[in-house]
Amino acid sequence: MTQARASLRVGLHLGAAVLLGLSLLSLIHAGVASRISEREARALKQHIDALLPPTSHDNDPLAEVTVPAAGPKTALSPVRVYPARQGNRPVALVAEVMAPGGYNGTIHLLVVIQADGSLLGVRVLSHRETPGLGDAIEAGKSGWIDRFAGLSLANPPPSRWAVRRDGGDFDQFAGATITPRAVVRAVKKTLVWFAANRDNFIAPADGA
Amino acid sequence: MTTVSHQELAARGLWHNNQALVALLGLCPLLAVSNSLLNGLTLGLATTGVMVVSGSLIAAFRDRLIASIRLPLFVLVIAVTVSSIDLLMQAFLFELHQTLGLFIPLIVTNCAILGRIEAFACRHPVREAGLDGLYTGLGFSGVLVALGAGRELLGQGTLGSLTLFDGYQGFQLAMQPPGAFIALGLLIAVRNAVVSWLRKP
Repeated sequence: MTQARASLRVGLHLGAAVLLGLSLLSLIHAGVASRISEREARALKQHIDALLPPTSHDNDPLAEVTVPAAGPKTALSPVRVYPARQGNRPVALVAEVMAPGGYNGTIHLLVVIQADGSLLGVRVLSHRETPGLGDAIEAGKSGWIDRFAGLSLANPPPSRWAVRRDGGDFDQFAGATITPRAVVRAVKKTLVWFAANRDNFIAPADGA
Repeated sequence: MTTVSHQELAARGLWHNNQALVALLGLCPLLAVSNSLLNGLTLGLATTGVMVVSGSLIAAFRDRLIASIRLPLFVLVIAVTVSSIDLLMQAFLFELHQTLGLFIPLIVTNCAILGRIEAFACRHPVREAGLDGLYTGLGFSGVLVALGAGRELLGQGTLGSLTLFDGYQGFQLAMQPPGAFIALGLLIAVRNAVVSWLRKP
């Protein structure tokens, strides 16, 4: 009985400490969350401006954010999309995509697709891949991600939208195949989604 | 429990018991992040911060610790401290966090932090525990900075934003993990040489 009571005491002690730690972290998180999301929004804008020259469109894509409905499994619905237009002419669609299947969780991507279905470019917004191996998908660490610019579902053909290990056209990294595979698959599926949903998201602003 | 003087804490943390060169602790994060001066400096300072905060916290509660669960409690305190620093960096040093954020969680795996808490902080007053964390962290940072600067210079010919050798071809070995081990070995050899030279009559 005393043994059980001692175990209970130790367990309660540890539980209380965990609760205390969690509350402290939640408090800090609540305190800085708005600041972090503000910084993330600024970083998002910088990434968009880098891929989509501000002179190419005259609307504010960020002000026209929409959240697409989830679609079929073969396509990957972006979590948010931002249309870019010049007058009434659709220019491009900026898509925020959560790529599944990374080495350590989802990879948050920015995919910019021109109205004709070709890619303006892809950037990694955030990820938790292995430092020194998988992080070569970042634009600052290697030029790998620039490979997507100008590509479309027709170039290369859909069957070659894969890393070399899987018989496709895209390089993997030494020691890291899973990370680039997740990115390539997600970009391809985003293009598939775009082909089916293009008109719903970059139709002219007044519907004319 | 004897009190330890400020000088002695400094001498131990920075030199006599340098965690990276003498205790050979915390090598995983040390070798993983020491590929550039900026990485080494930032991760060194973050590690120092974690050591000071977690050591002081443990010291403050040292009389209430239950011996059988002290290790999980230490790990909890370290993890909470590291996560807090991660969040604060994200809020206030966003650009730096974009490049180094991946490495911050690695600080939890630094056994030198757990080692100092178990060996020192949990049985000394807050002030001494904090100072021990500070000097141990600075000693660790010094090695990180030396390794980072050396490897970056050899591997890429740059130092921070300075390009020291134009048209340098790069030296891959220095950037790779084996290069990190070799560089650390050389640093230890230099330290040992200095120690034996100082001992000579």
